Amino acid sequence: MLLDPSPDQEFFRETTARFLAEKVPPDEVRRLRDDPNGFAPDYWRAGAELGWTGLLVDEDLGGGSLSGLGLVDLTLTAHEFGRRAAPGPLCPTNVVAEMLGRYGHDHRETLSSLVAGRATAAWCVDEPRTGSRTAAAPVDIRIDGDEVVVNGTKRPVEAGGTADVLLVTGRTGQGATNALVPRQAGGVTVTPLRSIDVTRRYAAIDFDEVRLPLTSLVGEAGGGADDATRARRTAIVVSCAESVGALQAVFDLTVAWAFDRYSFGRPLASYQELKHRFADMKTSLEGSHAIADRAAGAVATASSDADELVCAAKAYIGQYGSELVQDCIQIHGGIGVTYEHDLHLYARRAAANRSGFGTPAEHRARLADIVELREAS
Amino acid sequence: MTLETSDRAHVTETLDEFRARARAWIESNLERSDSSAYVGVLRPEASDEEELALVQRERDIQRAMFDAGFAGICFPREYGGQELPRAYQRVFDEELAGYEYPSRLQVPTFVPCAAVLLEFGTEEQKRRHIPAILKGEELWMQMLSEPSGGSDVAAAVTTAVRDGDDWILNGSKIWTTGAWWSDWALCLTRTNWDVPKNRGLTVFMVPLKQPSVEVHRIEMLSGSREFCQEFLTDVRVPDGDRLGEVDDGWTVGTRWMFHERMYRNSPYATIPAGTSRGASRMPELFAVARDAGRLDDPLARDLLGEARMLELVKQSLEQRVSTGVATRTMSDQAASIARLMSGVVESRLVTIGYEFTDANGAAWDEADGAVAQRGVDHLMRQVWCIAGGTTEMARNAISERVLGMPRERSHDPNIPFRDVPRSRPAT
Ligand SMILES: Cc1cc2nc3c(=O)[nH]c(=O)nc-3n(C[C@H](O)[C@H](O)[C@H](O)COP(=O)(O)OP(=O)(O)OC[C@H]3O[C@@H](n4cnc5c(N)ncnc54)[C@H](O)[C@@H]3O)c2cc1C
Repeated sequence: MLLDPSPDQEFFRETTARFLAEKVPPDEVRRLRDDPNGFAPDYWRAGAELGWTGLLVDEDLGGGSLSGLGLVDLTLTAHEFGRRAAPGPLCPTNVVAEMLGRYGHDHRETLSSLVAGRATAAWCVDEPRTGSRTAAAPVDIRIDGDEVVVNGTKRPVEAGGTADVLLVTGRTGQGATNALVPRQAGGVTVTPLRSIDVTRRYAAIDFDEVRLPLTSLVGEAGGGADDATRARRTAIVVSCAESVGALQAVFDLTVAWAFDRYSFGRPLASYQELKHRFADMKTSLEGSHAIADRAAGAVATASSDADELVCAAKAYIGQYGSELVQDCIQIHGGIGVTYEHDLHLYARRAAANRSGFGTPAEHRARLADIVELREAS
Repeated sequence: MTLETSDRAHVTETLDEFRARARAWIESNLERSDSSAYVGVLRPEASDEEELALVQRERDIQRAMFDAGFAGICFPREYGGQELPRAYQRVFDEELAGYEYPSRLQVPTFVPCAAVLLEFGTEEQKRRHIPAILKGEELWMQMLSEPSGGSDVAAAVTTAVRDGDDWILNGSKIWTTGAWWSDWALCLTRTNWDVPKNRGLTVFMVPLKQPSVEVHRIEMLSGSREFCQEFLTDVRVPDGDRLGEVDDGWTVGTRWMFHERMYRNSPYATIPAGTSRGASRMPELFAVARDAGRLDDPLARDLLGEARMLELVKQSLEQRVSTGVATRTMSDQAASIARLMSGVVESRLVTIGYEFTDANGAAWDEADGAVAQRGVDHLMRQVWCIAGGTTEMARNAISERVLGMPRERSHDPNIPFRDVPRSRPAT
């Protein structure tokens, strides 16, 4: 998390932290496992009032940021979300709001309901891999007279089963197209998926000749690749900030445990073998904070190294975060693998985020491409 | 004092003007750096004569930088510096990317030695040495480690005994990189054996080129002979060359080690930024992958990506820690976090290079291009985890000083140092 937030940013973070501590303490998060939606509408509306949903949207469209860099401000919320394994479609709703905001006057109503927290959104982007057991038709978006027709399958879609609107990124000929589809539209079938995350609701979504008015397009038909790329960057920045929050929670719990738990008449924290592992964990945790914040800053300012930093953040936090979590579970011993202990609530969030929007290996491969291109030029 | 420079900065140029002046000067005065130089880990690059010529070239560059007003960008004016904010040093480093620069003078001359001098030196000491350092006339070394043990720095047994207005030093220092071509050293000595170890140390400034300091070269695994051991026999040092108070050398020593850990983000060092030599190993690693014919191999690309990821994280963490320390949102002890990361990352990068070479890393020909010698680098990769204090010591500092975990039990608390059990001498 930001090392030296401004007083405004700190107040904003602190408000969300207090709200989440009160509304979704660990017992509540545990209880939500059996809640089909994973969060309550009034909880989300209250969060929207605290500013969770408008940071990536211009002021004249009902949003606004604290620092002028809305994405950086949003990482503060995301960090708190991770720290508390908080429920709610923070990442998808913001990603969709940001994209709609770029075409604000076309989608004013949807946008204002998202910003106000009356509605939530999901971004339908991932498709099952060709040749895999779950392989299905990729999403095709065609223009048919004055209608947009959506066909194909997306999965997994975070918040796919609860969102009011689905932003679908599909193919139109050679290009990418983004379209807004109401979840209730005819031809949309939502199949809930099981998930490691207690509060998140993922789904597989089939679009079968879903017909919508042309006004459902976000941007130009076939010209949506840039928007999708930007959305992916935003999503990664938010998910990294969340993961770092989750790692911080896991680490803090484990440090406290090391002081409380005694073996052979002394606290775990006094054994050099464990102290050294804590030092390694602290180092990768601080490294995660550092790269996540740097990536957020680079994306927010559209710096030329933004892509590279985003890949590095996603790859590092995914890879080293998983190791950190496993070490923390190990140091807890038997209690570390129980549902009763809070540790896993945060571990789940970090683990789910590890695989979304590109695995560490995919981002490493991309980094190699980026560096090679630069070295060659 | 923090690593940020004071508010008294003498800003007469905007950053952009400064950048333009720096660029013009660099372009017309410095050579482009040879991208194949300084690859690998402490490779013997040249004969002694060539090495001395390179040291001389770096002194000359330093002098030219001084004359052009680019030396000591963040050093106080009264000692010959420019006293500009840190951003100016960063701009200079950015412009320096891809050019030769006085690399041998940065560590340890500027950081930690000059930084320690600035912090603890008397007015007279600073006026004598800092301008000389900025002009490239004095190259400094750090004499901390001893044959009887380096991690336990405060257990130094090189002794200084008072003799009128002088001190007489006896003992031996070891693992001193580059002492054979250097001029001065900061030397940690024992001045009191009758108090606990940390309370009986004193730091002196010692000229290296004198008959009573015998400098021996030590060969490393790579064949490099930069390592040295010094034997000090009745070295006479005037009291005026004492740095800090008598028996309070540990205060100096802890700041000394702090500056050493922070060198990559120190405002006192000049290190080219970006992907040029020194700042990134990516050009080197791509060269190995290319020469090994593995540029299209997905396994190799995964490792290249990992290398860049680690480099960026290391850099970002260094920035975070240096900002944290400068703004007091982190304690000085957080420097150990950056130190641990850099040790682990650097050694991993070397391993990645060796991975690309297949069996040719173990048996090569000089015509093999970037593949040659990677095996030696692999053997040497541990230096990053040893030099500047081991990663184990960094882990101790992080767990104990940053996380507040119980200290390791030591067997020397509150007893006179002379009664403390010591290493058996090496046979
Ligand atoms: C390339 C290079 C350049 C160097 N340049 C200089 C220089 O210019 N000047 C200088 O003074 N020194 C220099 N050094 C020396 C370096 O600072 C020491 O090697 C280092 O501090 C370790 O000391 P040592 O070698 O005596 O190992 P020891 O202190 O004997 O340690 C041996 C091993 O035991 C471990 N260990 C020791 N104590 C503990 C503990 N309490 N807990 C856990 N593990 C422990 C260490 O981590 C290490 O693995 C250089 C070293 C290298 C490799």
